[in-house]
Amino acid sequence: MTPTWVQLVYLLCAVCFILALKGLSGPRTARAGNLLGAAGAVVGCAVVFFYLDLEHVPQILGAVAVGSVAGLVGARRVQMTQMPQMVALFNGVGGGAAALVALLELEHMVEGAGWFDLAATAFTIVVGSVSFSGSVITFLKLQELMTSRPVVFPGLPVAFGGALVGSVGLSGVTVASPSMAVGIVLGLLGLLVGVLLVLPVGGADVPIVISLLNAFTGLTVAAGGYVLGNTLLLVAGTLVGASGTFLTKLMAAAMGRSVVNILFGALKGGSTLGAGEASDRPVRSAGPEDVAILLGYASKVIVVPGYGLAVAQAQHTLRELVDVLGARGTQVDYAIHPVAGRMPGHMNVLLAEAQVPYEQLKEMDDINGEFKQTDVVLVVGANDVVNPAAKTTPGAPIYGMPILNADEAQQVIFLKRSMRPGFAGIENELLFDPRTTLLFGDAKDSLGKLLSAVKSL
Amino acid sequence: MSEPIVWLTIFVLSIFVGIEVISKVSSTLHTPLMSGANAIHGIILLGAIIVTGTADSTIAVAVGLVAVVLAAVNMVGGFVVTDRMLQMFTRKKPAARAESPAGEGR
Repeated sequence: MTPTWVQLVYLLCAVCFILALKGLSGPRTARAGNLLGAAGAVVGCAVVFFYLDLEHVPQILGAVAVGSVAGLVGARRVQMTQMPQMVALFNGVGGGAAALVALLELEHMVEGAGWFDLAATAFTIVVGSVSFSGSVITFLKLQELMTSRPVVFPGLPVAFGGALVGSVGLSGVTVASPSMAVGIVLGLLGLLVGVLLVLPVGGADVPIVISLLNAFTGLTVAAGGYVLGNTLLLVAGTLVGASGTFLTKLMAAAMGRSVVNILFGALKGGSTLGAGEASDRPVRSAGPEDVAILLGYASKVIVVPGYGLAVAQAQHTLRELVDVLGARGTQVDYAIHPVAGRMPGHMNVLLAEAQVPYEQLKEMDDINGEFKQTDVVLVVGANDVVNPAAKTTPGAPIYGMPILNADEAQQVIFLKRSMRPGFAGIENELLFDPRTTLLFGDAKDSLGKLLSAVKSL
Repeated sequence: MSEPIVWLTIFVLSIFVGIEVISKVSSTLHTPLMSGANAIHGIILLGAIIVTGTADSTIAVAVGLVAVVLAAVNMVGGFVVTDRMLQMFTRKKPAARAESPAGEGR
């Protein structure tokens, strides 16, 4: 039985986690919230050494050190553009850890445990494994170590269904007659389910899946907490499971999609399977000098940044350009689409890194009415978030996604590397509009040339 | 295990708290929030330490230690990466620019 003072410490840690999540919901309190959560986690883990008579303590401390250093180095080294896959990876290893913990608990339970405990253990093994392998696939997709397109093969729905039914069945077996062997097979099946779940999801939708898997891991930790009789794990896991599920819904709503559609859309055909080929229809392109004139003599400019900006590491050059335009008396704002970048809010992080003032970042709903009075919209490395197909083409994969109304402005300038379509893999009619000018090249190069051209106006 | 009904009560109430505390989050903070929540479930480290410390066979200890390493990566990495993201939100006054992160990922 856990001593009362430990229970009280756990309660304190749980309150820390609740306040951490609360803090993370507001820009002012976010950082303090995160630190409070970290403090709670450290205290919660430390206290266990003082009330339980644990063996193998040196090895455990060594393993904690190894994991902490690995996590620290990974978290410090990762580039801001690669943040989504890093979060996916951290989430995956958490799921894996939960599955292993449950597997070890199964060993203790083999003789005479309650059916509900066994069911919770089986649940933790399966879902933890799903979270682990699913996160690894999302990492591979976002890191572009494998194709970011949906991967679908003819037997996939059957294989997925089979693996799912198999793991539910084996969970039943675990409850009836628990054994390590069954537990291990259960874990392997879970891994298979995770892989098959994420393979058919297109690159643009992967962030939603990361969020969903995050919620899954939360639930496995909660179930693991029940199995171990640990209230802190139960509360923390449930908090993450519930808020993660809710956050997944919010994110999907920002893309105008349902979670079910994101997960299984590709299986029904159509969905995010775009053409992916470069088009050879005529467009109007211009040199940096001409574009600089358009920008330099505009009175109101809106910048639409996208992931391409971040990949080219051009956010600093962009800010310089905006500063110069501002000094010339041009009013410049950034229009941030909720899913600009690769995760909701990702673009805000990237621009904050380049020290763009927070006040210049306008959210979609606040700025969408202003495009009509805007002289020039400068689209840098974005495509899908200004694609009018979302409003006009019911069959398009992004149909229904709220977009930035760049098509309502007087002039649109695209800085693009090539005519290849965006992440969703569909063509953008706005590129062929007579009011549109394209400036081809690497975003950083193009912005550098634009900057010197505007300066010499 | 103590009374299952007590556990169920804690579980259900936690669900409501989890949804309630984040219900007003702006889309700007979705990424850090996801990352922060991700770090919180790294508390599975506590579970990993308990099962490893009470394991009796060599294999069980080995598996437990793997779980400890994975969980520590989740917890420490999660909190640090979230803090790195949030650092950029809080630093917006030009005066604070002097202390911009030296050598951190560009």
